[in-house]
Amino acid sequence: MKYVWLIVFFPFLGFLINGFFGRHFKREVVATIAACAIGLAFVCGIYTLFDLLKLPPHSRVVEVVYFDWIKAGKLSIPAGFLIDPLTMVMVLVVSGVSFLIHIYAGEYMEEDPGYVRFFVYLNLFVSMMLTLVMANNFLLMFVGWEGVGLCSYLLIGFWFEKDSASNAGKKAFIVNRVGDFGFLVGMFIIFSAFHTLNFREVFEKAPEMFTVGSTTITLATLCLFLGATGKSAQIPLYVWLPDAMEGPTPVSALIHAATMVTAGVYMMARCSVLYALAPFSLGVAGTIGALTAVFAASMALVQVDMKRVLAYSTISQIGYMVLGCGVGAFAAGIFHLMTHAFFKALLFLGAGSVSHALAGELDIRKMGGLYKKLPITHITFLSATLAISGIIPFAGFFSKDEILFETFIGHHYILYLLGIVGALMTAFYMFRLYFIAFHGESRVDPEVEKHIHEPSWRMALPLCVLGILSLIGGWIQLPFFHNLKILGGFLEPVFHHAHEIGGMEHGTEVGMWLEGALMALSLVVALMGICIAYNFYIKNPELPKRLAEKFVGLYTLLFNKYYIDELYQKIVVRPLYNLSLGLSYVVDQHIIDAAVNGTGKGMVYGSSLLRRVNTGYVQFYGLIMFIGAVVVLLVNIF
Amino acid sequence: MIPLSYLLMLSAILFTIGVLGVLFKRNTIVIFMSIELMLNSANLSFVAFSRYLGNLNGQVYVFFVMVVAAAEVAIGLAIIVNMYKNFKSISADRANLLKW
Repeated sequence: MKYVWLIVFFPFLGFLINGFFGRHFKREVVATIAACAIGLAFVCGIYTLFDLLKLPPHSRVVEVVYFDWIKAGKLSIPAGFLIDPLTMVMVLVVSGVSFLIHIYAGEYMEEDPGYVRFFVYLNLFVSMMLTLVMANNFLLMFVGWEGVGLCSYLLIGFWFEKDSASNAGKKAFIVNRVGDFGFLVGMFIIFSAFHTLNFREVFEKAPEMFTVGSTTITLATLCLFLGATGKSAQIPLYVWLPDAMEGPTPVSALIHAATMVTAGVYMMARCSVLYALAPFSLGVAGTIGALTAVFAASMALVQVDMKRVLAYSTISQIGYMVLGCGVGAFAAGIFHLMTHAFFKALLFLGAGSVSHALAGELDIRKMGGLYKKLPITHITFLSATLAISGIIPFAGFFSKDEILFETFIGHHYILYLLGIVGALMTAFYMFRLYFIAFHGESRVDPEVEKHIHEPSWRMALPLCVLGILSLIGGWIQLPFFHNLKILGGFLEPVFHHAHEIGGMEHGTEVGMWLEGALMALSLVVALMGICIAYNFYIKNPELPKRLAEKFVGLYTLLFNKYYIDELYQKIVVRPLYNLSLGLSYVVDQHIIDAAVNGTGKGMVYGSSLLRRVNTGYVQFYGLIMFIGAVVVLLVNIF
Repeated sequence: MIPLSYLLMLSAILFTIGVLGVLFKRNTIVIFMSIELMLNSANLSFVAFSRYLGNLNGQVYVFFVMVVAAAEVAIGLAIIVNMYKNFKSISADRANLLKW
């Protein structure tokens, strides 16, 4: 399996070619190179998958080490890739979804002057993301982790002439620094405990060296979880994601919905052994996940910007994944990660298609009745909406239900309740979005309405493929039947250590009727959400307004996103800003600068004294020379 | 026969007069003459030692010094002429442009 480096190499090659020569190429060539690079990575991924499947299930861990990266004293970090089922799932999801989005972006960005730059960043992003998921040690993973953060920053601020875009980019970058700090500290703790950063060595040593609940592991996993909250936009570091919607829509679809933001979940799943050794961290993760799921969903209820609704729903859905990991159901979390990648990418691409048709309009109050004008967009958007709401047999139903089921049988009843409430809100706000945008009367600007058109095949194809995946993506992990849990079975070798440690052998001793009942309950809840949305926005369009007037306080609170941004501004940003202002004034200007300037001034003053020696009178120089000669003579004589 | 020390003393006195002239006179021609005085005081020492030691090397050196002095005069006078052209004066104080 020495060839797996190609998976990372192809996108990077695309990045280099377009980066250096892209501006001499035609736009179609640039887009083709970029898409082909990702396509080749995907093909390599498939090939690797088949190679991996040839091995017996419990030896499906291949570590390919390429070279000694860092060697200093006790520290030795060989760079290489770790290929196991978890990596393969991530590689295929990342490269597959990226490939579709590259095709889509080829048309979506057509008018943009930064066409080449866009694809260069996008390819770099994919190669970094693949490094992240394939790394065989924490440090290489961190390289990918930072690399995707950088690309995210560059792409959020893609339209940097807009203040809001460049500010959003900075915000994302800075908020992520907090999380990365946690990741780094976690990494240091792990290194000091195990003297290695290699995944396999750490996970093999961990159960032998530490007992369940040991302080070291708990601390390390909590720090790593802080990293996850930053990258995966969980409470308290979620604030950057809604603003990240300033970037182009394909970026929102790829980075801020399907791939990068799930890196935190992937990292938790990768460290499942460590988390299993630290039940406290798991509890924290589960609680944060469930709270985020509900909290973000509640903010999505009243937003009017299509992409912002989707952003909050992304935060909420990642909350479910973290909840899944938090209750020890790592496979369920990864399953939801996968289905979410399909339907959330589709939702964003659908939103992009709508705004493409409406000359950049994203305010749902200025849409309506679009289903007649945009049939393909409408049908695929509906498919994704059904998937995220959790309607059988769409993908989201199976994955979300599995997380909730695992939460319930893990006796986390409060978290389960939160999850159900979140599911209700999800169904409501998604159908609210769908009904307002695609049904009812058209509120589109008449001038714009004339130009509404379906996109060409390049944008329609990814929509259709993702639409089909949103429908069937969940079928690889069907409930009830153990031999039909293909994904779970595939991932089981990765997580069985964690399950052994935590004693979390779920799903065997539970009766089928309980599973069925819980499933029916979540289905009923989802349908309830849809019915409410239907009542509100199709049957009685006046009702929401009256409700908003009646509960004006609550409405304003939600509409202003609980004033969290303002709160952070007050308690974190302002003090830090003032502190740096003070530092720059006192320390920088009056101590450091003063020292530097003082040196210069001293030189000037000293020289102004010394230059008086240079009188310009030849005879004066002669005199000095004479005295010098005499002194030398005297010194020589005596 | 005049003792060596007398000759050396005379040579030293001439040299000192030359140095003082170079350092303190303002007229460049006088400075020039003082330089010649210094050279000749050196010549005097050469000749004195040559006599004292019975070795002709010293007298040969004197001829070299005279040749050098002649060449120096040619160049030095040219410089003074140019200086006069530029400054309308041959005072050494006027040539003080080599300063800050």
